[in-house]
Amino acid sequence: MSNTEQTGQAGRSEEAGRAAADEQSLGAAGERLSTAPDQDPEPASAGLPALGFVGWIRWFWRQLTSMRVALILLFLLSLGAIPGSLIPQNGVDETKVAAFKKSHETLAPIYEKLQLFDVYSSVWFSAIYILLFVSLIGCIVPRTGQFVGQLRSRPPAAPKRLTRLPAYTTWRTGATPEQAREAALRLLRKNRFRAHAAGDAVAAEKGYLREAGNLVFHIALIVMLVAFAAGQLFRSEGGKLIVEGDGFANTLSQYDDFRSGSLFSLDDLSHFSFELKRFTGTYEATGPQRGTPRTFEAGITYSEDGGPDKEAVVRVNEPLEVDGAKVYLIEHGYAPVVTVRDGKGEIVRRSPVPLLPLDANVTSQGVVKVKDGYRDKNGKRDQLGIPLFFVPTFAGEGQGQMFSVFPALVDPRLSVSAYHGDLRADSGVPQNVYQLDTSKMKPFKDANGEILKKQLKPGETFTLPDGAGSITFEREVKEWASFQISQQPGNGWALAGAVAAILGLVGSLFIQRRRVWVRAVEGEDGVTVLEMAGLGRSESAKLPEELAELAAALHSVAPTAPPAPADDAPANDAENRDAAGHDPVDDGAEPAEEAVPAEGASQ
Amino acid sequence: MIIAAANENLAHISNVLVYSAMAVYTLAFLAHIAEWVLGSRSKVGRTAAALTVPAGGAAAAPAVQVRGKQAAGTAVLDEPTIVTRGAAGARNVPDGPGAAAGDEKGDLYGRVAVSLTTLAFLLEAGGVVSRALSVQRAPWGNMYEFSLTFSTVAAGAYLAFLLAGKNVRWLGLPLVTTVLLDLGLATTWLYTESDQLVPALDSYWLWIHVSTAIFCGAVFYIGAVTTLLYLLRDGYEAKVARGETPGAFTRSVMERLPAAATFDKFAYRVNAAVFPLWTFTIIAGAIWAGDAWGRYWGWDAKEVWSFITWVAYAAYLHARATVGWKGRKASYIALIAFACWLFNYYGVNLFVNSLHSYAGVE
Ligand code: HEM
Repeated sequence: MSNTEQTGQAGRSEEAGRAAADEQSLGAAGERLSTAPDQDPEPASAGLPALGFVGWIRWFWRQLTSMRVALILLFLLSLGAIPGSLIPQNGVDETKVAAFKKSHETLAPIYEKLQLFDVYSSVWFSAIYILLFVSLIGCIVPRTGQFVGQLRSRPPAAPKRLTRLPAYTTWRTGATPEQAREAALRLLRKNRFRAHAAGDAVAAEKGYLREAGNLVFHIALIVMLVAFAAGQLFRSEGGKLIVEGDGFANTLSQYDDFRSGSLFSLDDLSHFSFELKRFTGTYEATGPQRGTPRTFEAGITYSEDGGPDKEAVVRVNEPLEVDGAKVYLIEHGYAPVVTVRDGKGEIVRRSPVPLLPLDANVTSQGVVKVKDGYRDKNGKRDQLGIPLFFVPTFAGEGQGQMFSVFPALVDPRLSVSAYHGDLRADSGVPQNVYQLDTSKMKPFKDANGEILKKQLKPGETFTLPDGAGSITFEREVKEWASFQISQQPGNGWALAGAVAAILGLVGSLFIQRRRVWVRAVEGEDGVTVLEMAGLGRSESAKLPEELAELAAALHSVAPTAPPAPADDAPANDAENRDAAGHDPVDDGAEPAEEAVPAEGASQ
Repeated sequence: MIIAAANENLAHISNVLVYSAMAVYTLAFLAHIAEWVLGSRSKVGRTAAALTVPAGGAAAAPAVQVRGKQAAGTAVLDEPTIVTRGAAGARNVPDGPGAAAGDEKGDLYGRVAVSLTTLAFLLEAGGVVSRALSVQRAPWGNMYEFSLTFSTVAAGAYLAFLLAGKNVRWLGLPLVTTVLLDLGLATTWLYTESDQLVPALDSYWLWIHVSTAIFCGAVFYIGAVTTLLYLLRDGYEAKVARGETPGAFTRSVMERLPAAATFDKFAYRVNAAVFPLWTFTIIAGAIWAGDAWGRYWGWDAKEVWSFITWVAYAAYLHARATVGWKGRKASYIALIAFACWLFNYYGVNLFVNSLHSYAGVE
């Protein structure tokens, strides 16, 4: 017993030492009440000597080190997650990272070195959680094996002194010891304990689901991590802007932008196509939050693998799920239909022009670029660049700058100017479709040399000077919606893992694993002495209550025997204490209040 | 327009109810103070007596007697009596008698305080419900509404514990104090006119995710208060056990509180019981984020801090199962975990730029 006290773990309090010593005094009975790695199957009742110093050290080492390491790693994991929430992250918002780098010139390189802009994919963060998961696996494997072993073996036999257990009761009964044990066995089994008779006592155990739940929880964590990792590696994600009436087929060339995980291959793209029929946005019309969006709905038809068309509505919170991919509604805007005529009055272009929203009221901006087909009045080929500025609801004449006052299409205006020359579309520099490179272009000017600009109502036309053609704002404004199409395999596994984790946790935290022993022996006076005791893990307020109920039930089958004639004390405790002899091996530290009945009988 | 007017009316009613609740909580606060002030100071020394070690060396085991539910027809005298025995090494100190400590007047004030708290809780709950009706959605669209619901749930949980016969009267004063603080913050800094939600928040996951989040917070809060009291009381007991004499005021307060072991157990139960729900909350949030933003987990500040909170509570549960980390050290972790929760709630909403920027506070 003193062996463990000599291990002298740094920081171990005196209390813990005493607790450990006490745990030992229970002998094998208190062991394996959880699944701590344990390789020495010791004889159940032999107690301490068989375990030996080394056995205990090993037991402690496993229990202690692994849990400690897990604890420290959990700590580090939460600490390590903090900087990522305070410093802008590449994976979350790249523009913010750029802004941060600009304004912190000395700090930024240091942060960069420490991977603080990519905390969650950094080497050090990965190291912490990989270590944690190695530790976790190293913990689960032996624990699972041990748990299976426990399920196969029987609850350990009763400790010598049941009085030492956290909950205890005793009484003398008229039933024979065999009858009492038989009744106890039946009762415990009826209460779904695993019970068996061992020597002069019945040993029973219940609550194995706690351990099972705990193992399921930890295994589910691994499943979730693996699913998450697989999702990252095989994921793909792309964006596409679609004007009402247009469609999209899920091939790489159709995406506006596309990203994928390192193990993704193009064959993995799911096969489907869809068409945006109609986009509807509604907005708060009055009150202080006037203009706040209320609903966004994209009505689409889609088909899977060339199958029949189906209708669906995609909303902000309700993606379309099709063939393993999810189609999310991301953004929306207006696409006024604009007609461009050349010097000869021929239509060179008539199409909706998707414009980029600039503010919450959808003041928008964009460009029409006419690369081919335009000829000026002399029939000479030229290129046109037409910057557009659009408001769905015009503030009214004389309101200064042209800004929208409401996001819905109430009183639209289109402001137009025009440039001609070289669009530099072939310059090799990737072009922004919403911006015009005017370095090789000339604006159309009025007689005073001012850049010509005109504000159009629907149906109005802006005629370019010198018969260079015209630009018409048609009486049609379409809406566009942008979609994100994501594929992330492993989500099902992640979800299953999550559900299993919660169920496991519930089992682990709400179920108490506990043992009950019932000993029935013939006392010195020939009357049967019955003892019951319960043992659980530390947080066991329910244990005495449960034992009380079991005792009451057993008591109704094996009621108290009439007091021995020689004895004048009527209470059970006092009566039994009289009969008890003190165990000489014991250290005599027994508290006075403790009931110590029928000790000698167990030997 | 009639509907709009009715809604404005309801919003107004909600505000009136909340202010009334604050007034009644203030009365409850005063009643608790009276309970403590009037409470008897004479019953000191129980701890010291209990900690006086008998000649044998080990601390005395408490002879707590638990009776089982009696089977019909069994004579009471015959019932076997269960003797419980504290874990070795535990200080077997009895719980204090409560704030009133046997003083009749003090106890009366204590009861008045509980009644007032109940009334205030009902008023506040009415405020939440009328707010919800006025906006015709779950009343969790901004921080004002969170704070309102948060303190309502905390008070409700406390009353539910009382109703279930748990010994939690000691929680009354700290609870009412924080509820008042929370409401004060809510009605001044965080106040937002009642209004509808932006589309991203408009989902049935709002009901699931946010309601469980608020519930977890309220219960974690109770766990944290208990943990704090545990640390204070444990320090006191340790001092007494060393044979030192704490000041009269400390002694007067501490002696009336439950034993450290009781606090510790209650705190563990509360924290452990909500941990699975907190896990569920985070997962529900991830599912919602998957629908709303197209990714389940994007390390957004709110997500990060939910994760940190989760890991911190997991560390706490591990610490409880780790020899040498039980007791005070585990309690520190529990407090850190709750601090993480608080930061996630106030800090992230107010100071950190996050997708979850629904604070409604400019
Ligand atoms: C991803 C990290 C981990 C998390 C989130 C986690 C979480 C948890 C939780 C919530 C419990 C329940 C506590 C209880 O039953 O009172 C638990 C128990 C446990 N964990 Fe972990 N754990 C993690 C890693 C580990 C590792 C690496 C080990 C092995 C060294 C481990 C070993 C245990 C053991 C033995 C228990 C049972 C404690 C008991 O029965 O009281 N865990 N864990």
